[in-house]
Amino acid sequence: MGLSKDSTGARAADTGLSIEKKEPDDLVVALAGNPNVGKSTVFNGLTKMHQHTGNWPGKTVTNAQGRCQQGGQGFVLVDLPGCYSLLAHSAEEEAARDFLCFGGADGAVVVCDATCLERNLILVLQAMEIAPRVVVCVNLLDEARRKHIRVDLEKLSQLLGVPVVGTSARSGKGLQSLLEQTRQTIEAPEAPAPPPVPYSPFTEDAVRRLQPTVEKLCKGQVNARWMSLKLLDDSDVTLDLAAEKYLGLRLRDCPEVRGLLEDIWQEWKTQGVTAEQVRDDIAAGAVRRAEEIAGMVTTQGQNGYSPRDRKLDRVFTSKVLGFPIMLLLLLGIFWLTIVGANYPSQLLSTSLFWLGDRLRELCTLCVLPPWLVSLLVDGVYRTLAWVVSVMLPPMAIFFPLFTLLEDLGYLPRIAFNLDKCFQSCGACGKQSLTTAMGFGCNAAGVVGCRIIDSPRERLIAMLTNSFVPCNGRLPMLIALITMFFAGAAGGLGGSVMSALMLLGMILLGVGLTLLMSKLLSKTLLQGVPSSFTLELPPYRRPQFGKVLVRSIFDRTLFVLGRAAAVAAPAGLVIWLLANITIGDATLLAHSAGFLDPFARLFGLDGVILLAFILGLPANEIVIPLILMAYTGGGALLELTDLAALQAILVGNGWTWVTALCTLLFGLLHWPCSTTCMTIKKESQSLKWTAVAFLLPTLCGFALCFLAASVARLFGLG
Amino acid sequence: MNTANHLAGLLPGQTAAVTGLCAPGTIRRRLQDIGLIQGTVVECLGKSPLGDPAAYLIRGAVIALRDQDAACVRVEGM
Repeated sequence: MGLSKDSTGARAADTGLSIEKKEPDDLVVALAGNPNVGKSTVFNGLTKMHQHTGNWPGKTVTNAQGRCQQGGQGFVLVDLPGCYSLLAHSAEEEAARDFLCFGGADGAVVVCDATCLERNLILVLQAMEIAPRVVVCVNLLDEARRKHIRVDLEKLSQLLGVPVVGTSARSGKGLQSLLEQTRQTIEAPEAPAPPPVPYSPFTEDAVRRLQPTVEKLCKGQVNARWMSLKLLDDSDVTLDLAAEKYLGLRLRDCPEVRGLLEDIWQEWKTQGVTAEQVRDDIAAGAVRRAEEIAGMVTTQGQNGYSPRDRKLDRVFTSKVLGFPIMLLLLLGIFWLTIVGANYPSQLLSTSLFWLGDRLRELCTLCVLPPWLVSLLVDGVYRTLAWVVSVMLPPMAIFFPLFTLLEDLGYLPRIAFNLDKCFQSCGACGKQSLTTAMGFGCNAAGVVGCRIIDSPRERLIAMLTNSFVPCNGRLPMLIALITMFFAGAAGGLGGSVMSALMLLGMILLGVGLTLLMSKLLSKTLLQGVPSSFTLELPPYRRPQFGKVLVRSIFDRTLFVLGRAAAVAAPAGLVIWLLANITIGDATLLAHSAGFLDPFARLFGLDGVILLAFILGLPANEIVIPLILMAYTGGGALLELTDLAALQAILVGNGWTWVTALCTLLFGLLHWPCSTTCMTIKKESQSLKWTAVAFLLPTLCGFALCFLAASVARLFGLG
Repeated sequence: MNTANHLAGLLPGQTAAVTGLCAPGTIRRRLQDIGLIQGTVVECLGKSPLGDPAAYLIRGAVIALRDQDAACVRVEGM
């Protein structure tokens, strides 16, 4: 998953469509297209940015902006969320339409998938009705070639009446000529006049009567033919609102327009034409024309769904093998993460602590007062070193592996397999996708919920997103499992045990996601499941090299950045708490002691609960905070591996029950502050943010209480 | 081949042509967006492991629809 500082946290929710030009004569170009046609790849290829790409529809939910230059001319590219139509049924489609329609962009590039041209042309034709200067980019030509699909680009350009450029964005082919063609199209004195999409005679007749009046009223600011068509569809109020906002005109209420519309409907009534018929006709026009054009320009070796994909789908979604394969893949990823992270983790910790000692010597050499040396080295530096050595290796392994599955196109198959479960819980099948995003970052997962159209189902997905552990919590779970449950077994058996136990925790999280979704849809968010369509994209060979390099690089920067931003100040706070004494004990002892009786009920102790509370800004720091608190005032301990950490924890009264409860609470507690703020922003409601906060917290307390009580009852631990 | 009267009744491997939609409002639009209009040829590719939803080949793209939505698409067997 392409986590970087721009795709996660607070920035993930940035949607404002304010265009940032660097030079006043920069050209603004909108990138539109169906979901999963490689729009983000085109965008990245041109802007040299690293917008997240992946083989599943809907991963771009926000409008990314980037700048590029060619021959002295600057371009601002706006990557619009993918959509199937511009008839505006969802907030994203509405935003895309308004941006294209009301002059937000100088030109538009509609990106198409060459292996599935017919379906893509529907959007092209709709975009051409709205935006005056359109360039069509037929992408994935390399993939089409492999599938023996040929697209006659010249003929396509003739038939559409706008420029067409072929690209293979993954290898960067054709992108420069795309930019050049876009510039020419925008700078041409006359916009191209493509042949319009034909509709049924009754619609065409009505449009002919409306168009001159609309033309006059809108003063050429929008396409009058299209606006007239939309006036005939009285079900879409969003356009009326948008027109009022951008043109200052309530078109439907203008006396001339109203008169004409009344006449038209009167006649239609006598002819027996219904509103539904008109809407169907408008929707079918582009579909028919797309079919016609695609038939003329493509020679099919095979269609986009190749025999290979058919075979793979038969296995991945098979009744017998579908679920076992899913579990085995997940288990395999966890196992590789656990095994692979062990060694670099030790190496990092040894070198970072060696560096810490040198740092201490340096500080002493500079004659800094001892308390300051302790604050800097024992407080700030040590927390930072722990966060980096515990967090970085698992993440640098887990995410590339996950990204490979994502690139392959496996995630939508998971959603397909699991949909029935979500359906019976009154939720949307796409929630599997947002849940998967939650592994990266819950805040990003919450923003990703925009791919769910029904507001009720979107809220359910947002409220339950933190039931899967994000990248700040997963390493914590791995570390605890390795230390207390599987470490003793050692070797292959130990690592498989760890992976199984982690899988169990994740399944518990997913199970609770379903249970809570059901609970919500039976109580606070009642309603019936809405319709949903999920595209299953062709399987693509993952770009191994690129994924590994990018993912490891991004991840390292991401974790280091977070460590510096969050762990260092947290280290400072906890050091102060551990070293400022009031009365007979430190502040830390006071607060931990205050929380202790309450925490013990749930199998935790005051320090653990305090660490979770202080870890609100970022879960990464919970384990380091616990260790810090236990060793706080003492000398710097030589911590070379997890066994040494375990010794500290056991020395402070930890049993396997404590570890189990900490695991459960690590999986289930309040979302981090960034996630909470994102939920507030996305739901526009304090009430739902509170529910999102309480839901996992209460689950966590309940399960911990249960575990601790059972253990006490049987005298275990 | 069997004549199924709506898309959800199509068995894996069967192909049919759309004769009309009986869904209201938003669902109707969504189905049209993915290219389901009168005359569109659809193949049922397979059901998910739990039997619902099913995957259909529609105009070159593979799209999963839940049975309750697919039941809104009237088809006739080919």
